[in-house]
Amino acid sequence: MFRLEARTSTPAWFNLALPLLAIGAALVLCSGLIAVAGAGVIEAYGVMLSASLGDSYAITETLVRAAPMILTGLAVAVAFRAKFWNIGAEGQLLAGAVASCFVGAIPMPGTLAMLLMALAGAAAGAAVALVPATLRVKFKVDDVVSSLLLNSVIYYALMALIEGPWKDSFSGYPISPPIEDSANFPVLVEGTRLHLGVVAALIAAPLVWFLIARTTLGFRIRVTGENPEAARYGGINVQRVLISTALLSGALAGLAGVGEVGGVHFQVMSDISPGYGYSGIVVAMLARLNPLGVVPAALFLAAVMTGAEAMSRATGVPAFLSDVIQGTALLAMLVALLFTAYRIRRVAT
Amino acid sequence: MSASLIEMRGITKSFGAVKANEAVDLSVAPGEILGLLGENGAGKTTLMNVLFGAYAPDAGQILVEGRPVGIHSSADALAAGIGMVHQHFHLAPRLTVLENLLIGIPGKSGRIDRAGGLARLKEIGRQHGLSLDPALPVSALSVGEQQRLEIIKALFRGAKLLILDEPTAVLAPSEVDGLFAALRSMAGQGLGIIFISHKLNEVRALTHRCVVLRHGKVAGRVDDPANTTSSEMARLMCGHEIVPPTKVASTPGGSVLLLDRISTSGHAGTPLREVSLFVRSGEILGIAGVSGNGQRALADVISGMLPPKTGTMTIAGKAVAQFSPRSVQALGLGRIPEDRMTTGLVTNLPLADSMVLPRIGTEAFSRKGLLNPSAIRAFAETQIKAYDIRCPGPMVRAGALSGGNLQKALLARELAFDPKVLIVSQPTRGLDIGAARFIHEKFLAMRAKGCGIVVIGEDLEELLMLSDRIAVMYEGRIAGTLAGAEATVARLGLMMTGAEGRA
Repeated sequence: MFRLEARTSTPAWFNLALPLLAIGAALVLCSGLIAVAGAGVIEAYGVMLSASLGDSYAITETLVRAAPMILTGLAVAVAFRAKFWNIGAEGQLLAGAVASCFVGAIPMPGTLAMLLMALAGAAAGAAVALVPATLRVKFKVDDVVSSLLLNSVIYYALMALIEGPWKDSFSGYPISPPIEDSANFPVLVEGTRLHLGVVAALIAAPLVWFLIARTTLGFRIRVTGENPEAARYGGINVQRVLISTALLSGALAGLAGVGEVGGVHFQVMSDISPGYGYSGIVVAMLARLNPLGVVPAALFLAAVMTGAEAMSRATGVPAFLSDVIQGTALLAMLVALLFTAYRIRRVAT
Repeated sequence: MSASLIEMRGITKSFGAVKANEAVDLSVAPGEILGLLGENGAGKTTLMNVLFGAYAPDAGQILVEGRPVGIHSSADALAAGIGMVHQHFHLAPRLTVLENLLIGIPGKSGRIDRAGGLARLKEIGRQHGLSLDPALPVSALSVGEQQRLEIIKALFRGAKLLILDEPTAVLAPSEVDGLFAALRSMAGQGLGIIFISHKLNEVRALTHRCVVLRHGKVAGRVDDPANTTSSEMARLMCGHEIVPPTKVASTPGGSVLLLDRISTSGHAGTPLREVSLFVRSGEILGIAGVSGNGQRALADVISGMLPPKTGTMTIAGKAVAQFSPRSVQALGLGRIPEDRMTTGLVTNLPLADSMVLPRIGTEAFSRKGLLNPSAIRAFAETQIKAYDIRCPGPMVRAGALSGGNLQKALLARELAFDPKVLIVSQPTRGLDIGAARFIHEKFLAMRAKGCGIVVIGEDLEELLMLSDRIAVMYEGRIAGTLAGAEATVARLGLMMTGAEGRA
């Protein structure tokens, strides 16, 4: 018989071991689905691996996919550190995309346009995140529910825009007019889609880490998240910290949308995000809310997404498997987190 | 002594390299009250958790009425007739007294047997003098009543042995008498009781026999606690002599804290009604009172957490214009909260973080919004040394420290900044003798240095030992103030019930 026993301390190597364990468990569990779909498990995962990391082009594609998830992962990690349950990174990303697309469509010098796109996108994301934060601080409204539901509000507002007043008159499709060519983010490697925004996302991770670990705001975010009562007693304005956290989190998610507009799609359409905002939650949890861990976690999910499409073409296993792997990895991680607080002991019966 | 109700033989339990219990033998006979004494971290709670099935022992055996039993869960323990009242109650606040009793009790053909439960409750009430209104929700019960419910719950489940883990820590003096009477009556009817405590006077008053633990091992057994001196038992607990601190006479200086007709509202608990008091430099003012008579509001106002509705407060000659933790701190007020774990510290973060928390925005620990990690670390390391805080280092999770070490850390974080006034609530609640002694010495040293100290407490002996003056709170007012020399437990006790007042 086995039983759980409370731990007194958690070894440091758990931070690395647990996500790997969760990922491993997810891949093993999903291999059953591959078998059911009638493909070889080793072959399918092999195709996934080579298509996502097998050559330099595949690696750039994975990086391009990872960029928005690094940013939404950071957004969620920052918010969850303060126990501001921001499930709304998806909506904040969309708001950031819309705002940056508006700005990018205005003719102006390229560098200025990119700068203003980033500012507008960050501001739009922050404004959206401010809604659930204010509702919680002022009226004690549950932030999980309000931030989650706001995603739908933003999504359908975006649909209304691109189906209506903002519809691209040139193509006639439900997509927004494109941004100016000069506002397109520069491509770093000829013949790939690796754009400047990817570098920005990679730089954002250590910056956010610095903010959390080395600034007084970061200190207040950590303390507020862990024990708001002790924070208040210690002279921290808990409500102000929650609002600041929300603004920061929303801005990061908004920047994810900016990257998709400026570096990948150059316009806004209904499927501009295949759920990058939600994937951010998986990324943040796999990273154990550590901003530096967000980068490898986002790369893993990006590799799964990129690889799944190739696997689908080669073996006929539906590409939806990537969503299943993501979901399973999150569940496995939540289970794995149990081991930070408990150990398993065998007891004689 | 007749056959043992419970016997533990050679119990050993390790956590990593730490041996929490080592070859511990212990037995309780029917009708016996056994005291289990020891400092914090001596292994009392671990031993009882082994007995109650929360931990599996690495070695050793448990016998119930002479038969070896395997106890792997609390359900096994209950089946073996062992009931435990934990320090933190396990009750469902929204359910009624009766419903809490019936949780987990199989009903008749899928239905809850309320009538049967009610009858059992009445019977237990008659047998042991433990009564409670079965229809009241638990949230409406006082702490003492909740504890009574926990005891009834154990009896309800047929406990023959009752373990009480520091039951008096949460009780007012008058409630302690009631608890002791009930325990004696239960023992009189053949129940075995294990009473865990580190309060020597209680153990001497209540128990028939004592086992003293130190560093996980049995340090001694006391067969006649009532006729054994406290200092003898304290020596067994600590391994060395404990001398009470000496208080030298001091001449108080000018007033460093002045409250003038402070009233509050909008606060959970009893509000303050026109409270005026003063503390002079080099003086300790004790605040006595039955818990819930406005002490919480008083501590919150002074520490800047609760702006008063009317009235003024002056710290070191300066009126407090804006009530906030930061502003009172800036005027020279040091604060130690009543609840170390929830209000004082951030248990999941490094100890150093908790130690600098109230002053993180000051020049000492940060500049222009950037933390100064080396200064934070150095501060924590210095204080850990100065206050002999036992821990692996400043980066250890604060929650891993024992209560006494946490209290030292909170004391260090305030005293390092030489406060002119110090406000503390229940400074030694839950601490062992050694740690309490250390805290008392620090207070007296601060007093000698000219600091004014307000000690809010329920432990009258402690207040009498420390205070130069004692004010008694009753229903949100100061019922009266006595000079230390004229205060006695009896007199304070009377004032605490609102019977006597003196300005």
